Amino acid sequence: MVINIIILIALVTAALWTAMTTRLLRSAVGLAITSAILSILIFRLASPIAAVFELSVCAGLIFAIFIISITVTQRVSPEAFETRKKERMTKFWPLPIIVIIVAVVLTQIHFQTTFNLPAQTAPNDVKIILWNLRHLDLLGQIVILLTGAFGVVILFKEWKNG
Amino acid sequence: MSHLFWMCSIAGILIFIIGIYGLLVTFNLIRAIIGLELLTKSVTLFLILAGYVTGQTGLAQALAITLIVIEVVVIAVAVGIVLCVFRHNRTIDAQLLRNIKG
Amino acid sequence: MLSLFLLLPFLGIIVLNLPLNGRKDAAAFLYTLSLSIGQAIVVLFNPGGFWQRPDFWGGFFNLGLYADNLTFVMLLSIGIVVSTAACVGWQTISDHRHRLNFYNLILIALIGMNGTVMLTDIFSLYVFLEVTAISSFILIAFQRDLNALEGAFKYIVLSALATVLMLTSIAALLLFSGGTSFAAISAAVKSNSNNIFIISALGLFICGLFIKGGLVPFHGWLPAAYSAAPAAVSILLAGIVTKVAGIYVLIRLVTSVFVFGPIVQINSVLMLVGTFSIIIGALAALKQDNFKKILAYSSISQVGYIVLGLGCGSPLGIAGAVFHLFNHSIFKSLLFVNSAAVEKQTGSTDITKMGGLGARMPYSNATNLIAIFSTSGIPPMAGFWSKLVIIMALWQMGHFAYAAIAILVSVITLAYLLTIQRKVFFGILPHELKHIKEAGIWIVIPAVTLAIIIIGTGLCFPLLFNSFIMPVSSFFK
Repeated sequence: MVINIIILIALVTAALWTAMTTRLLRSAVGLAITSAILSILIFRLASPIAAVFELSVCAGLIFAIFIISITVTQRVSPEAFETRKKERMTKFWPLPIIVIIVAVVLTQIHFQTTFNLPAQTAPNDVKIILWNLRHLDLLGQIVILLTGAFGVVILFKEWKNG
Repeated sequence: MSHLFWMCSIAGILIFIIGIYGLLVTFNLIRAIIGLELLTKSVTLFLILAGYVTGQTGLAQALAITLIVIEVVVIAVAVGIVLCVFRHNRTIDAQLLRNIKG
Repeated sequence: MLSLFLLLPFLGIIVLNLPLNGRKDAAAFLYTLSLSIGQAIVVLFNPGGFWQRPDFWGGFFNLGLYADNLTFVMLLSIGIVVSTAACVGWQTISDHRHRLNFYNLILIALIGMNGTVMLTDIFSLYVFLEVTAISSFILIAFQRDLNALEGAFKYIVLSALATVLMLTSIAALLLFSGGTSFAAISAAVKSNSNNIFIISALGLFICGLFIKGGLVPFHGWLPAAYSAAPAAVSILLAGIVTKVAGIYVLIRLVTSVFVFGPIVQINSVLMLVGTFSIIIGALAALKQDNFKKILAYSSISQVGYIVLGLGCGSPLGIAGAVFHLFNHSIFKSLLFVNSAAVEKQTGSTDITKMGGLGARMPYSNATNLIAIFSTSGIPPMAGFWSKLVIIMALWQMGHFAYAAIAILVSVITLAYLLTIQRKVFFGILPHELKHIKEAGIWIVIPAVTLAIIIIGTGLCFPLLFNSFIMPVSSFFK
């Protein structure tokens, strides 16, 4: 139980740090750390396959995408950086306060906690569900991956004649 | 179990708020994408949580996996657009984004 | 055989991307054109009992698709608009490498939209909405000019926000239901309709759909995306993508899935949001100078009419809403085709710099006038009938104020659209534009076809009413 609380607090703190930190690179690292902690939480919520996916794809692939994009686009002069750092703090200081207030408020509210479900007929194994029952989703995913390939080719390629 | 559910959903709501706040306040395109990613994380948490509480872990995992795959593609396209914007203007910062965030 | 609508475009994409020689963009154009026109024809004429025949690969790869009358209307609209966009794209995109990308992306958008209108599962809905959305992002941005990139980015952010809202709602609904199919969700909503979770889940989902459909107050991305996109893409976006993604899903869910929940509140919210969209869209359109931005705000206004009809709650209102959806995709596409013609010939979309093009571009002039009459609801064009049905439905249910607003804003609609007509087509030809000719044949053919469809639907409406229109709402009990 205590472990869960620790994981949750670490998760929220990592997310907060990701949003508030001044350097873009640290923000991306924060995102990767948030993904890693989230995948641990998902694993503890009895969803091992999703945890593995989250870890490999989000903390891995997306992190790689961000690092590439940040290194390509990051050119800021030092003075601009300093003013931006100050602006950042002035814009972001309400956020931790809001987070703490909302957390305190929400812990006081009590809603119903039993969810009665109709009788379960479907198998509970992820692999069966994904491959046998949800063919439409699979087709959609394949098409999206294809679209992503197109998007990458169209948007990332330098054109020779402008 | 219900205690865990509430704590996790509170954490999810907090991450949601952090993501939206970050998205609204920033002037930098890549931070906007990071904000969107945080929102997606909170939604993934909600889905897995719903599956855990009702015992449908298989369905919830299938949904979460599909969601993750789709989000990767969306992020890739968004980053592609940011790169194109950068090639035009050599900057992804404040003055440009006043156009965009309006 | 329903899965052919999804698998044929998919096959096309695979074939088009094999490393073969030859004029691939011409092949892509012909394939897209024949596929979309074929889709429209199949809906209208039902050859060989197309709809009743099951898929010939039945048990192996079962997609679980379903089509009813509403689906037919949507498939027809999708077919017509995609073929129009394909034709205009052939004319307006000059680089043949761009053209190949364009047709590939249109085929992907076709898969997405066809899938959206035929499925029966709320999560697959999300997947196919994302397919449509991602292909739209790339379509807006693929010619890589700065305005288009901005518009695409705004659209990405707001669309992702809408997605997050819809998924949160699905997660909340999953707490009560054993699956994600429409049947399971509606059973869960029915048995738990007073639960705070369910009500907020429905509210979140509907907010997400409002964002996708470009309704006020979530319309921020729409003018930028529509006006900055390349001409053919604007036709696709305005004519069908927003309608399918936002409005069709709203209609389907409100009438079949959420109907056992707090339907009265949902209906009043719909009517309120619809009315705001009508008013704000029309007022904002009055002040614009950019041809495409006027049309974008006009889209917001017209979609407000559709949602207003839907919120009525009676079968007549829903029938009117669906009919107006069909009409809107036709006349809005026609308006954007003409803007594409004008933009291609004059090189800009600023209407203050144009004038007197009517003499030089007679087809565009005439078809634009027909589209304007249909949009503002002037008889005997089709738009008049659909607006009449919506207003009658409002009157019957006692919402007199809404009906009055609807009629009033029609007048404003006529005003700003006639402004376009006057400034662009009538008046005196400025000096720089003396050499303008009519737009190319691939723009004129779709324009004339769409105009004929508008006039035809309008004239035949009394005949069509009982056989085509009313059965659309038959799924609504």
